[in-house]
Amino acid sequence: MDWIRILTNAAGEIFAPATAAYALAAIGLNIHFGMTGLLNFGQAGFVLLGAYSYGISAIAGWPFWASILAAIGSALVFGVLLGIPTLKLRGDYLSIVTIAAAEIVRLVSRTTSLTWLTGGNSGLTKGDGYKDSFEALCPFPQGTTAIGPWEYDNCLSSSWWLRVCAWSAVAIGCFLVWLWMRSPWGRVLKGIREDEDAVRALGKNVYSYKMQALVLGGIGGAIAGIFYTMPSSIQADAMGRTMTFNIWTVLLLGGAATVFGPVLGSVLLWTVFMLVKSVLRDMDLGFITPTQSESFSWMLVGMTLMLLVIFRPQGILGDKKELAIDVR
Amino acid sequence: MSAPGHTGRAAPTRPLVAGLALAILTLLAILAMPGPAHAATAPCQVDASTACIGGTIKTAAGEPAAGVVLTIEGEGQTVQATSDADGRWSAAVTAAGDYTITLDTTTLPPGETLRNPAANPRTVSVTLNAQFGALFPLGEPGAAGPTTSPTDGSTSGSTTGPGTTTPDDDSGSGITAARVWQQFANGLIFGLLLALASVGLSLVYGTTGLSSFSHGEQVTLGAILAYVFVQQLGQPLWLATVLAVLVGAASGWAQDWGIWHKLRKHHIGLTQQMIVTIGLSMVLQYLFQFLFGGGRLRIVTSNPVPVQIGPVVLSRESIVSAVISIVVLACVSVFLIYTRTGRATRAVSDNPALASASGIGVERIIRVVWTGSAGLAALGGVFMGLYFQATYWNMGGTVLLLMFAAVTLGGLGTAWGALVGSMVIGVVAEMSSLVIPSDVKFAGALFILILVLLVRPQGILGRRDRIG
Repeated sequence: MDWIRILTNAAGEIFAPATAAYALAAIGLNIHFGMTGLLNFGQAGFVLLGAYSYGISAIAGWPFWASILAAIGSALVFGVLLGIPTLKLRGDYLSIVTIAAAEIVRLVSRTTSLTWLTGGNSGLTKGDGYKDSFEALCPFPQGTTAIGPWEYDNCLSSSWWLRVCAWSAVAIGCFLVWLWMRSPWGRVLKGIREDEDAVRALGKNVYSYKMQALVLGGIGGAIAGIFYTMPSSIQADAMGRTMTFNIWTVLLLGGAATVFGPVLGSVLLWTVFMLVKSVLRDMDLGFITPTQSESFSWMLVGMTLMLLVIFRPQGILGDKKELAIDVR
Repeated sequence: MSAPGHTGRAAPTRPLVAGLALAILTLLAILAMPGPAHAATAPCQVDASTACIGGTIKTAAGEPAAGVVLTIEGEGQTVQATSDADGRWSAAVTAAGDYTITLDTTTLPPGETLRNPAANPRTVSVTLNAQFGALFPLGEPGAAGPTTSPTDGSTSGSTTGPGTTTPDDDSGSGITAARVWQQFANGLIFGLLLALASVGLSLVYGTTGLSSFSHGEQVTLGAILAYVFVQQLGQPLWLATVLAVLVGAASGWAQDWGIWHKLRKHHIGLTQQMIVTIGLSMVLQYLFQFLFGGGRLRIVTSNPVPVQIGPVVLSRESIVSAVISIVVLACVSVFLIYTRTGRATRAVSDNPALASASGIGVERIIRVVWTGSAGLAALGGVFMGLYFQATYWNMGGTVLLLMFAAVTLGGLGTAWGALVGSMVIGVVAEMSSLVIPSDVKFAGALFILILVLLVRPQGILGRRDRIG
């Protein structure tokens, strides 16, 4: 077994673009769930809309910033559409509607009738040119750079440029959440999480605050979608329910209602995931094929989610008093 | 579907509903319009005795690859297909079974190679009345599908992935009276199967307040058990069904004993429990994938026997399943109305504290409900496996949201609501494929769910006080 390679690969996950994307999506979910207590089970829908809006507008020749705005805009519209029917109802209605809506956007974006727009079930690939505007902004020279054992292209696909941008976005996200949590606005959200009626009695428009939180968190997911799909391709099926559940695992692992919880959760989950998968694959056990080692790793993710919620719902960084998972 | 403005509460949302409906109609219109690429092909039409195999071939640069010749062989048939100017190809076959698809690499555009030469020729397991995709990606050999980082981890959501095939049902084109009747009949049958699966979900919700996301895996469990008993242990189908239901029910009993009862005892909140069911659903789903792989498992390998009833052609299996479903659902109703335990179940659903105070063993009732629900889900799973002509590791995951839609539509926590909701969802899903492409037909059903929540959040048979 080649331990050096396995450990290098696993450690590479610490700063991989997909890890950053999961951290960003979990930061968004943290605004929903950790700060406001909204049970959003459709975060992958926001991620998917962000990725496709970015991809389609970039292919249409929009400049990079306009494509980013398209992604943000799609999250805004989706969030408002979801919020209108559900934010006045009990929490589990929001969860069912969000998961259904995320499934609707997934089914619609992979239908073969929309192949001309979304690429159907084969999705949008590098050949369609959605990466060009982002890669053109790259300030680094062409070629590859090795830092320690990790060697990536400077500008293309899964590049250093992408890593720099994705993690900068994560840093900005953390900073904003830190600011918001301390602001009067954040305290109202926290009040809604703890006791909605009390906040209402204070004369706050709970519905409007919830809507703002839903949209802001959704924008986090949409931006995550851009970074998630940039190294590979835009595939609707990669952004389905499993992704939502992974984002939840990431958030609950790191700790909801904390600033760095989503980042820690994402880094930890994907590093360990990679480690388990590669070790199982390399051990050559005979009774576990490479595909099975992957399924097994996913079973572990599910198991982590179950055990976390039962035994340590506040996660690694969270404060048990701070987090009341049971919201209305 | 109640019309907007049915209840007093809905009045302020009426313009909004209208606006939403308009937006969706526009979207559907766009979807229903054949895309520019669609018109050029002479698509293979799927019906009860035909299946289509097809795909799109694109060069490494993403351009369509025209003139690529593919040969489809199997079940005594040989069909040739050539990709058109848009890179699309399709072939019609008339018997279910395994087909070998060979791509003639000499007909590829100059300079193009298969990204995964090992996947050519490829075997596809075909069932009638469905469409199958076989993708042959072009590009550098070895640069195959992504196999690192969390990116590929999400082979989720559907059964697709490099090297596997996707079943897609027929696309909606041309509304004739015959098709309307056919889809309506399919919808009724699918609705009955859905009802079997979702009645339990509704009862569990009613008695414990838990929305169980792992109920879909109970459905898959039934189907996979039937596959194991029939295909691997060589038992007849009826015995396999009975055994699958018994094992399924036992799994429900064990689950309540091992997990849910303990969580309730330790006063773990309902939302927490709900997230636990999500984790459990992931564990079970990937356990099935671990044990049985990601492919399609056919419970019965023979071709379905078509039966003509008036304008409608149904397979004998689906008629038998429908009849059994009706009988079983009637038994469940009789149980709930007339037996002591059934009445106690309804009492617990109504008000657990009061039921407990009047001497009903609430925990015992919940155990009975879990056992029965899992058994019903397993039966639904076996029939769905027969209805779809195959099962796969996340079949339950695909229908789970339809079950939720059915239960919410009928009114959370009411058994008869789940029945009514399932029939509506089944018929809407199947009939919507007359006007929208059938690979989004489930989206249509889920959209109904959202619309209902807008105008009547308590569902068709639900009560106002449940919506909070």
